[in-house]
Amino acid sequence: MDFATLIQILDSAVRLMTPLLLACLAGLYSERAGVFDIGLEGKMLMAAFASASVAYATGSAWLGLLAGIAGAAAMAGLHGVASIGFRGNQLISGVAINFLASGLTVLLGQKIFGLGGRTPSLSGAARFGEITLPFADSLRPVPVIGPIYAELVSGHTVLVYVAFAMVPLTWWVLYRTRFGLRLRAVGENPASVDTAGVSVVRLRFAAVMICGVLCGIAGAYLATGISAGFVKEMTAGRGFIALAALIFAKWRPWGALGATFLFGLLEAVANRFPNLDLGFVTVPSMFMNALPYILTVVILAGFVGRAIPPRAGGEPYVKER
Amino acid sequence: MERMPKWADVILTPLISLVLAFAISALVILAIGESPAEALKVMVQGALGSSYGWGFTLYYTTNFVFTGLAVMVAYHAGLFNIGGEGQAAMGGLGVALVVLALPWPHWALALPAAAMGAALFGALWALVPAWLQARRGSHIVITTIMFNFIAAAALNYMLVNVLRPVGSMDPASARFPEAAHLPKLSEMALGLGVEWGRNTPANVTFFLAIAACLLVWLLIWRTRLGYEIRAFGKSEPAALYAGISPVRITVLAMLVSGALAGLMAVNNVMGEAERLVLNAVEGAGFIGIAVALMGRNHPLGVLLAALLFGFLYQGGGELALWTSIPRELIVVIQALVILFTGALDNMVRMPLERLFAALRRKGA
Amino acid sequence: MTATPAPAIELRGISKAFGPVQANRDIDLVVPRGTIHGIIGENGAGKSTLMSILYGFYRPDAGEILVGGKPVAIADSQAAIRAGIGMVFQHFKLVQNFTVLENVVLGAEDGRLLRPSLSRARGELKRLAAEYGLQVDPDALVEELSVGHQQRVEILKALYRRADILILDEPTGVLTPAEADHLFRILRGLKDEGKTIILITHKLREIMEITDNVSVMRRGEMVASVRTAETGPAELAELMVGRKVLLRVDKPPARPGAPVLEVRGLRMVDAEGVERLRGIDLEIRAGEILGIAGVAGNGQTQLLEILGGFPEAGARLQGEIRLGGRPLPLQGPGADGRARRRAGIGHVPEDRQAEGLIMDFTAWENIAFGYHHAPEFQRGPLMDNAAIRADAMGKIQRFDIRPPNPDLAAKSFSGGNQQKIVVAREVERNPELLLIGQPTRGVDIGAIEFIHKRIVALRDAGRAVLLVSVELDEIMALSDRILVMFDGHIMGERLPAEATTGDLGCLMAGVEPARADAGGGAG
Repeated sequence: MDFATLIQILDSAVRLMTPLLLACLAGLYSERAGVFDIGLEGKMLMAAFASASVAYATGSAWLGLLAGIAGAAAMAGLHGVASIGFRGNQLISGVAINFLASGLTVLLGQKIFGLGGRTPSLSGAARFGEITLPFADSLRPVPVIGPIYAELVSGHTVLVYVAFAMVPLTWWVLYRTRFGLRLRAVGENPASVDTAGVSVVRLRFAAVMICGVLCGIAGAYLATGISAGFVKEMTAGRGFIALAALIFAKWRPWGALGATFLFGLLEAVANRFPNLDLGFVTVPSMFMNALPYILTVVILAGFVGRAIPPRAGGEPYVKER
Repeated sequence: MERMPKWADVILTPLISLVLAFAISALVILAIGESPAEALKVMVQGALGSSYGWGFTLYYTTNFVFTGLAVMVAYHAGLFNIGGEGQAAMGGLGVALVVLALPWPHWALALPAAAMGAALFGALWALVPAWLQARRGSHIVITTIMFNFIAAAALNYMLVNVLRPVGSMDPASARFPEAAHLPKLSEMALGLGVEWGRNTPANVTFFLAIAACLLVWLLIWRTRLGYEIRAFGKSEPAALYAGISPVRITVLAMLVSGALAGLMAVNNVMGEAERLVLNAVEGAGFIGIAVALMGRNHPLGVLLAALLFGFLYQGGGELALWTSIPRELIVVIQALVILFTGALDNMVRMPLERLFAALRRKGA
Repeated sequence: MTATPAPAIELRGISKAFGPVQANRDIDLVVPRGTIHGIIGENGAGKSTLMSILYGFYRPDAGEILVGGKPVAIADSQAAIRAGIGMVFQHFKLVQNFTVLENVVLGAEDGRLLRPSLSRARGELKRLAAEYGLQVDPDALVEELSVGHQQRVEILKALYRRADILILDEPTGVLTPAEADHLFRILRGLKDEGKTIILITHKLREIMEITDNVSVMRRGEMVASVRTAETGPAELAELMVGRKVLLRVDKPPARPGAPVLEVRGLRMVDAEGVERLRGIDLEIRAGEILGIAGVAGNGQTQLLEILGGFPEAGARLQGEIRLGGRPLPLQGPGADGRARRRAGIGHVPEDRQAEGLIMDFTAWENIAFGYHHAPEFQRGPLMDNAAIRADAMGKIQRFDIRPPNPDLAAKSFSGGNQQKIVVAREVERNPELLLIGQPTRGVDIGAIEFIHKRIVALRDAGRAVLLVSVELDEIMALSDRILVMFDGHIMGERLPAEATTGDLGCLMAGVEPARADAGGGAG
C-alpha cells in the first residue's frame, strides 16, 4: 500500500466517521444523564430527511440543517416525554422512535416528492460544499505534510469540522461547567442532584434535547454533506454503530473520537479492499463490517477493559420514600 | 388492593392504546392527503376480503407469532430480547444447512429436522448474550442488538462464500429440493376439494405456529420451568429465597426465546422462499416486540396481535398497490403501537386507574 | 438575655399519611439550639418520614414547622437548605465516581463555570477540616473512600451549604465502632460550635453516649421526650417497644430432645467488607423454640438468610452448620433455598413481600412457592395445578385466610393474610427446623394469636423453631430460651422466666446489665 492510498483511506475514514462521531456524542449527552437511547438511528434518519427536503425546497443547506435539527429534536422530545415525563421504558421508546422515523420519512417523502421515498438530488447551495483550507493548494507539493494537509485536513464540509470541534467542546461542557457536573451527577445518582435541590427532570430533558440537536447535525451531514439528497433508510445502522462506539468509548468524549475513527477506518478499509489479503488469511469485508459490533460485545463482556455504563442509566427516577 | 379490575388491565388498556395508535395513523393518512376510511377499506378488502388475501395475511401472521412468542418468553423472565431479528436470521441458516445437507425423501421428514436446525441455531445465537447477562452483567439489550448486526454479516458471508451455488451471482443458497418443499395451505385445501388461496405463501408452518402458542402457554403456565421463569421475572430476591438460580433461568429463558425466533425461518425460508436469501427476516424480529407488547405477553394475545400485524402487512402491501400510500404506513402504525402500548403505557394507565378509583369511591 | 432563645426546630402537630398508613400522627417536637437531640424508635416507627418532612421530601398533611422561632414552609430540599437544615441520609446521596470536591460543590455552585466554585470550595473544606476535625482528601474519588469518610463528605456537604441544623439518619449503621467513635467526636465538636444536631437511631447505646435530649417514637407517634441524663437504656427500651397488652401464649413446658441445629463459629463479611456476623454459636433442640431478640440490623437478617440458603451476593462466610448432625454447606450450588428445604428447613422470611411471596402471583401459586419441585405437585412433565389448588384450598380453610379466594393475587390480601399464606406453606410441611423472622410485623391482633399458636403446635410436634423478632413481647411470650444479638454476636442468653425487659433491653443495647446499672446510677 503506497502513501497516496493510505491518505485516501484515511480521508474516507474521516468522512465516514463524521456522522458516527456526532451521533456518538449525541448519545453521550443522553446516556451520561441516565437516559438510554437506542433511537439515535431514528433521529438521524428523521434529520436526514428533513434537511434534504428543506434544502431542496429553499436551495439552502443551512436552512436544511436547521430543519434537520428540528426534526431530530422533535423525536428527542417524544423520547423525553415518554421516558422522563411518563417514566416509560427508555428502550421501548427508542425502538418506537426508530420505526416511526423509518416509516414517516418514506411516507412523507412519497407524498411530497413522489420518488418512492427519496428526495430529488441536491446541488449547489443546497449541499454543504467542501471547504479548501488556506494554503491547501500551495502546500500540496510539500512531501508528506503537503498531501496530509491538502487531502486529509482540508477539503471537507463545514459539518466535519463542526463534528471534530464538538469533541473538545463536549469535554469542556462536561468537565468544566456547572451544567456538565450536574449532568454527570444525574446519570450516576439522581438522588444526589435531587437532594441538592436541582430538578432531575429538567436536567435530563436538557440532555435529551442536546442529543436531538447533535443527531440533527449528523443526519443533515448524511443527506446534504456526504450525499446529495435523502434515500430511504440511508442511515443504514449508523445509529447503532454510534451506540457501539459510545460503549467502546466508555462514555467519554475523547474516547468517542477514537472509537468512531476506528469504526470509520474499518468501514473505509472494507470499502477499499472487499477481501483484505493479509498474506496468511483473507479477511472478508463482512468481517470488517461486523468488527465494531464484535469488539463492542467483547468490551461489554468485560474481558478487555470493562465498560461500566452510567450507574443510573435506564432507570426512571422515582423519589425514594 | 387491585388498582383496576383485571379485565381493564388485560383488555381495556391495550385497546385504548390501539385506538390511539390508529387515530394518529389516520391523522397521518389525512396529512398526506388520503382518506383514512378509504385506506381502511382497501386494507380490509386486500387482506381479509378474499382467500388470496388471507393466504398472505396468515403467512405474515405465522412469522409474527414466532417472533412475538420469542419476545414474550424472555419478557416473563424480566429480559428484553431485542435480538429476534438476528436469531431468526440464524434460524434461516440452520434450516438451509439441514435441508441442503441430505437428500430428503419427503417434506414430512425434512420439516422436523429443519425445525430442529432452526431452533438450535436461533437458540445458540441467543446463548452468548444470555450467558454474558447472567455471568458478566452485560446489558442484554445492547448485546442482542450487536448480535443482530453480527448475524447479518455472518449470513452475508455464508451466502456469498459458502452456500452460493457455483456460477450464481446471487448471494443466495441453492434452491431447496422439490421433495423438501412444504405444502402450502392452498394445496392442502385443494386436497380437501376446496379452492382456497391459490398462489399464496401460507403453508403448513401456520399449524406449527398455533402449536407453538399452545406449547409456550403450557411452558409458561403449566411447567415448573415456566413457574420459575415467571417468579424470577417478578422478583429476583424471592427467586433466590425459593432456591431458583438466576443464571439458570436467564440462560434457559433466552434459549427458548432464541429457539422460537429461529423457528420463524421454517415459515419464510423453507415454506416461502425455498432457499436462503439475504435479509430474509425483513424486520419480523422487531415486529415481535410490538406483537408481544400488544398481546400483553400471553400466547393468545400474541396470536391475535400477530393476526393484526399480519393483516396490517398484507393490507399495507395492497395499499401500496392500489393507492398512493406507501407500505411504510404500516411501519408508522407499528411504531405507534409500540409507543403507546410500551413506552407510553403509563399515559394510558394512570388516567384509567384514577377513573376506576373514582368509580370505586362512588360505589362505596 | 432574659428570654430563652428560640429553639432551633419546633414541630407542632405534624401528621402524614401514605394511603391508609398513618406514618406520623400529631407530632410535637422541640429541639433547643446547640444541643444533640436523639430520636429513637423501631423500624417503621415513623422517624424517617418525620425527617423527610423536615427536609422537604414530603409535605405534611397537617402541622407547622418553626425554624429559629419563625414558621417556615419547606416545599422542597432547596427550601430546607435555605432554612439552614442539612441532612445526612442513611444511604448516602453521593456520586461515586466524583471527587470529594465535586460532590461538595454539586448543586451549590457559584456560577456557570466550575473552576471558581471548586477553588473556593477547596479553601472552605480546608477551613472546615481544621475547625471540626473533618479531614478528607478533596481530590479523592468517593468510591475509593471508606464508608466513614464518605459520611464525612455528606457532613461537609451540609456544612458547605451553611447548615446550622444537621439531621443524621441512622449514621452508625454502616460504621465500624472506631469510625462511630470518630463521628461522635465530630458531632460534639459541631455542637460546641453552636450547631444543632438531630440524631435518628435505634441504638440505645448511642443515645446514652452522645445526646442531650431524647424523643421516643412508636407507631407514628411521639411517646416521650426526656433529658438523656434523667433516663436509662432500660426505660428507653420499654418506651420503644411499648407496654402492649401482654401477649399470653398458652403453652405446655418444652420437652427438648436431641439437637436439631448446631451453628459453630459462623462469620460473615458482606460485599462492602463490613463484618455482619462475628462468630455465632447456637444450638436448637427438637421441641424447642429459640428466640433471638435484638434491635434490627444487628446480624439477625444475615443469620436467617445464611441458614435459609440465600446469603447476599458477594458475602464471605466461615463456620459450620449442622442439621440433625449432618453438616450443611454454607455457600454454593448445594446450599441454595431448594437444598435447604430438601434438608428439612422451612423458612418464613422477614420480608414477606419481597422474598416470601410473589406479589403478582395468585394465592394458590404462592402456596407452592419454594416447594414447586414437590412430587405431589407434579403430573408428568407438567405441574399439577389442580393438586396445588386443592392444597391451597385446604390451607386457606385451616388457616382461615380471608378472603377465601385462591385466585386472588397475593398483593390483594391484607398483611396478616399474606403472612398466613407464607406461614401455612412453611409450617404445614412439618419441617425439622422452622426459621421464622418477624412473624407478626404488620399483622393484626387476631392473626398474631393464630400464628403464635401454630408455632407452638409445631414445637409440640417435636420440631425445632428459630424465632427472630424485634418485638420483645413476642420473644418473651413464645421462646423457651432467648438469645440476644448485638453487633453480629450473641450478647447473652436468658430463660424467659427470669428475663425482664430492662435486662434484655440492656443486652440489646450492647451493655452488660451489671455495668449498665452502675453507669445509670452514676449518671
